[in-house]
Amino acid sequence: MDVTMNVNGDEVTRDVEPRLLLVHFLRDELRLTGTHWGCDTSNCGACTVWIDQQPVKSCTTLAVMAGGHDVRTVEDLDPGTGLDPVQEGFMLEHGLQCGFCTPGMMMTARWLLDKNPDPDEATIRECISGNICRCTGYENIVRAVRWAANHEADATANQPEGASA
Amino acid sequence: MQVPAPFEYERATSVDHALALLERHGPEARVIAGGHSLLPMMKLRLARPEMLIDINDLSDLDYIKIDSGEIAVGAMTRHVSILDSALLAEHYSIFREAEKVIADPIVRNRGTIGGSFCQADPSEDLSAVGAALRATMVIRSSSGTRTVAARDFHDGPYQTLVGPAEMLVEIRFPIRPGSGSAYEKVERRAGDWAIAAAGTFVRLDGDTVADCGIGLTAVGVEHFACGAAEDFLRGKQATADNIAAAGQICHDAADPQADQRGPVDYKRHLARELVTRALTRSAARARGEKV
Ligand SMILES: Cc1cc2nc3c(=O)[nH]c(=O)nc-3n(C[C@H](O)[C@H](O)[C@H](O)COP(=O)(O)OP(=O)(O)OC[C@H]3O[C@@H](n4cnc5c(N)ncnc54)[C@H](O)[C@@H]3O)c2cc1C
Ligand code: FES
Ligand code: FES
Repeated sequence: MDVTMNVNGDEVTRDVEPRLLLVHFLRDELRLTGTHWGCDTSNCGACTVWIDQQPVKSCTTLAVMAGGHDVRTVEDLDPGTGLDPVQEGFMLEHGLQCGFCTPGMMMTARWLLDKNPDPDEATIRECISGNICRCTGYENIVRAVRWAANHEADATANQPEGASA
Repeated sequence: MQVPAPFEYERATSVDHALALLERHGPEARVIAGGHSLLPMMKLRLARPEMLIDINDLSDLDYIKIDSGEIAVGAMTRHVSILDSALLAEHYSIFREAEKVIADPIVRNRGTIGGSFCQADPSEDLSAVGAALRATMVIRSSSGTRTVAARDFHDGPYQTLVGPAEMLVEIRFPIRPGSGSAYEKVERRAGDWAIAAAGTFVRLDGDTVADCGIGLTAVGVEHFACGAAEDFLRGKQATADNIAAAGQICHDAADPQADQRGPVDYKRHLARELVTRALTRSAARARGEKV
C-alpha cells in the first residue's frame, strides 16, 4: 500500500507492505542509514527517531503508522547549517566510542533540551534510560548533553539586545 | 531480523468505524494502539492477526477529565500524558509514581492506557493501579456501551472480557477526598517490567482506615488485587502493626512463578514489603504529610 510521510522536511511516498517497520523503511527505502537498528525488541533505543516532535522507537512502529506524520531522523540534526549543539557536545565531550547508540542518544537528547533547556544529571539519566550504550558508561554522554545545554544558554545570553529568541 | 507475518492494515477514523471494521473482519482482526506490546508479539509470531485496525487517529479517545464526580481517562491516552497530568496528580500520587517506572520515556510516548489494560500482561503496572483504585472499564460495541469493574476485567493472563467486536474506550477512577495513594516497584534495571510491584490507596477517618485498595502485579494474585488484606485493614487503626499484618496477608496470597526475574520466595517477600511501604506512604499522605 502507498504511504506518504514527511521525512526531514521532504514529502516521500513509497509502496510498502504494511508489515514493514519504520526503521527499515528509513534505512532500506530511503537509505537514511543514520538511524540504527539494534536489539529489535524495543529496548535499546538505537532506532530512536521523532514522530511529530516526539522520540519513538522506530523498530516498534510500522511505516504505515507514520503515514501523514512528520518524521525526523538524526540526518536532520545538521540540515546543512552546521552541527547541532548536541552533536558538538558529543564530539567535544567524547560522548561516543563505537557510535552505535549515538544517533538514538542524540535524538533523545535534542528532545530533552527542547523541553528542558537546563536539565540536571538525574534528569538526563532518566531521559536517556531507554537508550542503551555498551561503551561509554554514560558519563561522557551526560557531559555531552550538559555541554549542549550550557552552550545553548550562553548563546541565548550573548544574543544582541532586541534579537528574538 | 524479526518481521511480523503479513497482514492487512486500515486506519479507523472514528470509534464507530473501528467497531465496524472489527465486526466485518471477525476475530482475526485486532486494533493497534501504541503497538508496543502487539508489535513485539507479532515480530515473535506469538500473535498473527490478519488485519490491523490502527486507532491512533482517534484523538477523541485521548483525554483525562473530571466527569460525573470521577476521573475519566480515554483509552488512547499515552503513558506520558498520565505521567504529566496535573489533574491525576492532584487526586492520586499513585499515577505519577507508577508511570515513572513503566518502561522508559520513549516507550511512554507511544504506549497507551487502553493497550496496557487490554494486553493484560500479568506484570502490567497500570492493571495494579486500576485494581487498587477499583476503576471501572467502559467497553463499547456497535450495540452500545457496557461497564465492567477493573477487578473483573481480566480473564487470566493476556485475556480480558473485551470481545472480538468490542473496544475499551474509557477507564474511570472514583475520586476519594481525604485519601492518599502510592506505588512501589522493584525492577532489575531501569525500564524493566516489575519483579513485583504494589499500588495502594488509603482513606482515613481520624486515624481509622475508612477504605483502602491494594493492587499487586507480577506476583500471581487474582485480578491484580488482594481483597483479604483490604478487608483486614478496613475499620482498623492505620498503625505500623496493622499495615504490616496487611502486608503479610498479601505475602500469603501471592502465588508467583519463579523466572529470570527471581525465585518464588523473593517475590512473595517483595509482595509483603512493597504493600507495607505503599500502605504506609498512602496513610501518611491521607494525613496530609508530604512523603
Ligand atoms: C521496552 C518495553 C518496556 C516495557 N515496560 C513496561 C513496564 O515496565 N510496565 C508495564 O506495565 N508495561 C511495560 N511495557 C508495555 C507498555 O506499557 C505498552 O505500551 C503497553 O502494555 C501496551 O500499550 P500499547 O498502546 O502499546 O498497546 P498495543 O500494543 O497497541 O496493544 C496491546 C493489545 O491491546 C489491544 N488493544 C489496544 N487498545 C485497545 C482498545 N482501546 N480496545 C481494545 N483492545 C485494545 C491490542 O489489540 C493488543 O492486543 C513495556 C513495553 C516495552 C516495549
Ligand atoms: S532496535 Fe529499536 S529499540 Fe533496539
Ligand atoms: S558508543 Fe558504543 S554503544 Fe554507545
